[in-house]
Amino acid sequence: MGILRSLTLLLIALASVLSLPATAQDEDPGEQLLFNLAEAPASKVEEAINAIVSSGDERARGWIEAYGNNRLSRIKDTGQVVLVLNNRGRDWEIANPLTGENMGDMSRRELDRVAINNRIRGQLEGILAMLDLNAADPDVREASAQDMMGKVDASLVAPLEARLEQEGSARVRNRIEEALAIYRVGEGNLEAIDVLAGSLHPRARAALNEAVRGDNPALATKAKQALGTIEQKLKLNRAAETLYFGLSLGSVLVLAAIGLAITFGVMGVINMAHGELIMLGAYTTWGMQQLFPGQPGLALILSIPTGFMVAATAGIIIERSVIQYLKGRPLETLLATFGISLILQQLVRTVISPQNRTVVTPEWMSGSLVINDALSLTLNRLYVLAFALVVFATLMLIMRKTRLGLEVRAVTQNRNMARSMGIRATRVDIMTFALGSGVAGLAGVALSQLTNVGPNLGQNYIIDSFMVVVFGGVGNLWGTLIAGLSLGTINQLLEPWAGAVLAKIIVLVFIILFIQKRPKGLFPQKGRAAEG
Amino acid sequence: MTIKKHVKIGLSALALSVSLNAMADEHPIKVGILHSLSGTMAISETVLKDTVEMLIEQQNAKGGVLGRELEAVVVDPASDWPLFAEKARELLAQEKVDVIFGNWTSVSRKSVLPVVEELNGLLFYPVQYEGEESSENVFYTGAAPNQQAIPAVNYLMNEIGVERWVLAGTDYVYPRTTNKILETYLMDMGVAKEDIMINYTPFGHSDWQNIVSDIKRFGSAGKKTAVVSTINGDANVPFYRELGNQGIAASDIPVVAFSVGEQELSGIDTGPLVGHLAAWNYFMSVDSDANYDFIDQWIEHTGNDEAVTNDPMEAHYIGFNMYIEAVKKAGTTDVDAVKDAIIGVTVPNLTGGYAAMMPNHHITKPVLIGEIQDNGQFSVVWETPSTVAGDAWSDYLPGSRDLIADWRKPMSCGTFNTKTGSCGASAGEMAAADE
Repeated sequence: MGILRSLTLLLIALASVLSLPATAQDEDPGEQLLFNLAEAPASKVEEAINAIVSSGDERARGWIEAYGNNRLSRIKDTGQVVLVLNNRGRDWEIANPLTGENMGDMSRRELDRVAINNRIRGQLEGILAMLDLNAADPDVREASAQDMMGKVDASLVAPLEARLEQEGSARVRNRIEEALAIYRVGEGNLEAIDVLAGSLHPRARAALNEAVRGDNPALATKAKQALGTIEQKLKLNRAAETLYFGLSLGSVLVLAAIGLAITFGVMGVINMAHGELIMLGAYTTWGMQQLFPGQPGLALILSIPTGFMVAATAGIIIERSVIQYLKGRPLETLLATFGISLILQQLVRTVISPQNRTVVTPEWMSGSLVINDALSLTLNRLYVLAFALVVFATLMLIMRKTRLGLEVRAVTQNRNMARSMGIRATRVDIMTFALGSGVAGLAGVALSQLTNVGPNLGQNYIIDSFMVVVFGGVGNLWGTLIAGLSLGTINQLLEPWAGAVLAKIIVLVFIILFIQKRPKGLFPQKGRAAEG
Repeated sequence: MTIKKHVKIGLSALALSVSLNAMADEHPIKVGILHSLSGTMAISETVLKDTVEMLIEQQNAKGGVLGRELEAVVVDPASDWPLFAEKARELLAQEKVDVIFGNWTSVSRKSVLPVVEELNGLLFYPVQYEGEESSENVFYTGAAPNQQAIPAVNYLMNEIGVERWVLAGTDYVYPRTTNKILETYLMDMGVAKEDIMINYTPFGHSDWQNIVSDIKRFGSAGKKTAVVSTINGDANVPFYRELGNQGIAASDIPVVAFSVGEQELSGIDTGPLVGHLAAWNYFMSVDSDANYDFIDQWIEHTGNDEAVTNDPMEAHYIGFNMYIEAVKKAGTTDVDAVKDAIIGVTVPNLTGGYAAMMPNHHITKPVLIGEIQDNGQFSVVWETPSTVAGDAWSDYLPGSRDLIADWRKPMSCGTFNTKTGSCGASAGEMAAADE
């Protein structure tokens, strides 16, 4: 042990001697600071970081950030600390952290990462947040004050209070006060609880909960009261949140089912390959993103028309090659289209890959819309919800207000009569099937933002789609909308107490019982057409 | 009479020369590959098929083993569990393969077990699993719970100070058994029942809003909270996406996953996930020459510069090399001889250490905890000081506490009860009884 220790000491001494000439040569204090950070054992990392922060070096922020992002490495041979600009693949692009000069690519084998973990990263976030508190943009200041919540320690109280003095924006002031209050509640300060009583932030609640469990009875009682008020407010928010979750799941169901509502509901074709048409739409999004690298948003918008066209074309091919010959034979249609769905799946597996494809979510669709600290609506789902409603409204318009819609309705109600009135029923068939398939493609484009784009994508939605259409009433678009949204909401209401698996089963049993009672669904078609 | 005799002699001479000939050209060693190339599991299993093919190619380039070439026999069980049993039978009875590398899900392994035991085959199983099994004919090169789950929980408890636990998993045998083990373990360590939340979701679950929001609420009770995830397959992608969207950062509620590897992460933007954890016995980012060489070979084999390696691939790498070593040691591919020879065989792993085959047919592995980085890789933040030997029968389940497995003669038993001193049913019989 003793020998080992002296050996390490010797080595360290040797290392520092070796590094000394270098420091002396270019006399950049930054090099020594980074060297110390890279050399520091776990217990000394904090010291090394503090040395960098307090050095006042204007590059310090960049270093800290790079370290936090795992972008500091050392060259194994020379021990030099470098910035890693690109750490994908086998060769990494590196730069000199002191001068910012690009040093080109270097094999990963030659580099040794400067280790970091969650604990240190948490501290770095606190330090960066402290630096950001002086930013010009109040949004940045608010975000960093929020980051400080729960991270304030004794050393940060004075600078935070000083910052509070100069702060002009009320939002930021509130945040800083909350951050300070969390620290003070931990210290046993009774007044601080009043500050937290109005906050819905999880970290404020965490601090109060801790106080309730603590050994200070006065503090515990007061914290308990504050928690009571918060709980009241939370309940409302939770109800709103569940409703949003339900509508969002419902909108996905509506999107997946609405194309089927046309092909199955209006035309009466049991199309088991509907799910694969959705999949084609999703793969189109992926394909478009490959065509427009670096512009995921543009690619996504362009894939709306393209996805529609691709799926519609596939639909026409399926209709012309198979379905038209099986008119009036539902069982055979079912089997044939099931075969088509398997063929399409395997085709994607062989041609593209059995692996899922990465579809990038554009910047403006990630994250969430913050209503308050307890309620935030995830943006990607919000967009999908809106998209579903737009698609539904457009379809409704087409069916009600256009010549195509009129002809479709005529042909479904009485095919022979419509033909004798001069409507080309075959053409209407093709157009209707293409429309339904195209809408499935649109669903795929939207789903690519929520779920995995892979060969099995369609399979996961086919059962749900049929359930929604049957539940809503075959042949009724409004029925599909109401059915989709209500099934989604029921599912999300059940999930918290029944669990995801049981919730699905309960919904299925509910639909089976419902269909027993009302075989034609929520909104059955009325009149003579219903008998036909 | 004499003519007949002559003919007889001639015939036997002929037969002799034929058999001599057969020995001279030495038919190849057949390696069966039983991985799904279509269906749900194709996403994970296809790369394992490619891995074994690559290993066979490399071995042949080195001149095979015992002077014999190796030959891959690939079948596709199509993610269909009963079909796994049929294909295994086809491999063993018709193709007469010498060894099988295969399976991913536990249910497929359970379906294959009775067949492999009946026909006395060899199966190398490369995936982390729930334990509670040891078969004479199966070699488990993936992690048992004590080589993954327990050390990961210890890390969270001791290094991060986690006091409140969410055990989230997909609804099937591996997560359920693992969570049962973890729950008992956590309660033994003094965690209160209300500080443990258990949640199961179906395969391929994509709507995580409610569950993630539940986790967020569960985590605001003032105690450090972590999620232990046994969520399987591609359901992880929407799960992590939802975590990112709802703003759950690793510094608030870290998620430690047992089924998320480089392969799964290659499907998402890992920016918002930086700092979430995974426990494995191998990461692609491990800094060792053996690993860098393996990655180079893999990229060359696949022709894809972005190809990633993962833990089950390393398990096949170890298993394959162990098989080769055992065949060399036994001097034959005879199943019984190889089975005896392989116990104690030690080969290098990819993390710079060695893996040894234990008498219970599990291997020694280091346990690594890695944090997700923004480039879709993990950076190792903690590892066990030495390798850990796989434990077939968990010490934290009432039924299995007293059981051990030891396939060395004279014991040769996978379910030896140390209390009663008797040997229970074989793994295949138990799997058959389950069905």
